[in-house]
Amino acid sequence: MTRVFMEGSEVIAKTVVLCKPHVISAYPITPQTHIVEGLAKLVADGKLKSKFMEVESEFSAISSVAGACAAGSRTFTATSSQGLALMHEVLFATAGMRLPLVMVVANRALSAPINIWNDQQDSISERDSGWIQLYVETVQEASDTLIQAYRIAEDNKVLLPIMVCMDGFILTHTMEPVDLPGEREVREFLPGYNPTHAILDPKRPMTIGPFAYPEPYFKLRKELSSAIDSSRKIVSEVNEEFGRKFKRKYGNGLIEEYKNDKDFAILSMGSVVGTIREVVDKRKDVGLVKIRCYRPFPKEDLIKALKDKKMVLIVEKDISLGLGSGSVFSEIRDILYSLKKRPQVVGFVAGLGGVDIRSKDIEKTVEQSKKMNDGEVKWLM
Amino acid sequence: MKKSEDKLEPGGVIKRPGSSKEVKTGSWRTFRPVVTINCKGCGICVQFCPEGCIEIKNGKAVIDYDYCKGCLICVNECPVKAIKSEKEVK
Repeated sequence: MTRVFMEGSEVIAKTVVLCKPHVISAYPITPQTHIVEGLAKLVADGKLKSKFMEVESEFSAISSVAGACAAGSRTFTATSSQGLALMHEVLFATAGMRLPLVMVVANRALSAPINIWNDQQDSISERDSGWIQLYVETVQEASDTLIQAYRIAEDNKVLLPIMVCMDGFILTHTMEPVDLPGEREVREFLPGYNPTHAILDPKRPMTIGPFAYPEPYFKLRKELSSAIDSSRKIVSEVNEEFGRKFKRKYGNGLIEEYKNDKDFAILSMGSVVGTIREVVDKRKDVGLVKIRCYRPFPKEDLIKALKDKKMVLIVEKDISLGLGSGSVFSEIRDILYSLKKRPQVVGFVAGLGGVDIRSKDIEKTVEQSKKMNDGEVKWLM
Repeated sequence: MKKSEDKLEPGGVIKRPGSSKEVKTGSWRTFRPVVTINCKGCGICVQFCPEGCIEIKNGKAVIDYDYCKGCLICVNECPVKAIKSEKEVK
């Protein structure tokens, strides 16, 4: 293990080297650019023996890694915002084909108006695609989660693509001290990809991504739904195993509770959780629940963490237009509905388009929430 | 994939070769290519048929109408104009 002081994107590029993908394909988009720029350089310098496919769009990037993965390769790609939106069609296809792709999403606001800064609208808009989504708080977590992501995706009980979502600029362009694991340690934790369900082998001909009539289609979608549901267990297990080997882990892999023994819990995901931690440390009246795994949604863990609260305050960087709240807000209200005694739930839509969320803003939400009705959503501005 | 696939693999992968033959796909033709007596059996149509449903049998092209979609590429490519197109009559 070596301790480095590096920009988030560079750390991701260095972590990709440790994971040894066969094929990398990506199209540059701010704030993801430094990641693939770094990888292209590592490949050009001969420090990474991957095939780097240069393409003309994100649609081609995801299609290329999908093809490579269907042929039996470990792959990597990364994107942001409009790039992810352009991948939309292939996201559903790759999940349906059970291809264990790993992608880093450098979260950025969606147009219009055009904006390059951070919020989480891009990946949250892809929540129904069948991809596992892990949201990270720090660059260290991004690096560790990327290594875990290959283990989870390629697990025979999972076989699903994963997005590692890291906040654009806030994490991708910030220097942070990071412990980078050694090559041998990573190889022990993450052996090579050995696919059996989808591989290009003339001795074992197979059709991948065929046409399906209504009944088989319906059954396969149900299977896909059960597969992502049961991946919760693997996400947790891989996090535990990572913790044992590298002496770092992130809650139970799905959520993390921090000083969550108060009547009041703030719930959020991504880098803003770091700011909320600071507020929780300063005030004695609030606790923190962080969602790390947004898809599959950790229903049971969240119910357990929130059921005895008087107040749950959700801070999120997305808005479901026409619903009037963010997606996390409505999903938390949904899972708490069946409780006999429900906590009050209020929401804040915050930080869209890169508006800074400072600790005094979080304090403001706590104060304001005391005057809000159950189910009320406000914009933090 | 068949209408009632017995065993579904993860992702709907089909692990037996040639499975596309199990589903007949020749029912939506508007035009039907018909091989006439002028066919020399050169096999150019076999190479061009996107469905792979033309064979040379006894020196003549034979079209498998269970899979022919009536694209008429064979009619266009035949160097001796031996394949004609007819309106499909159901």
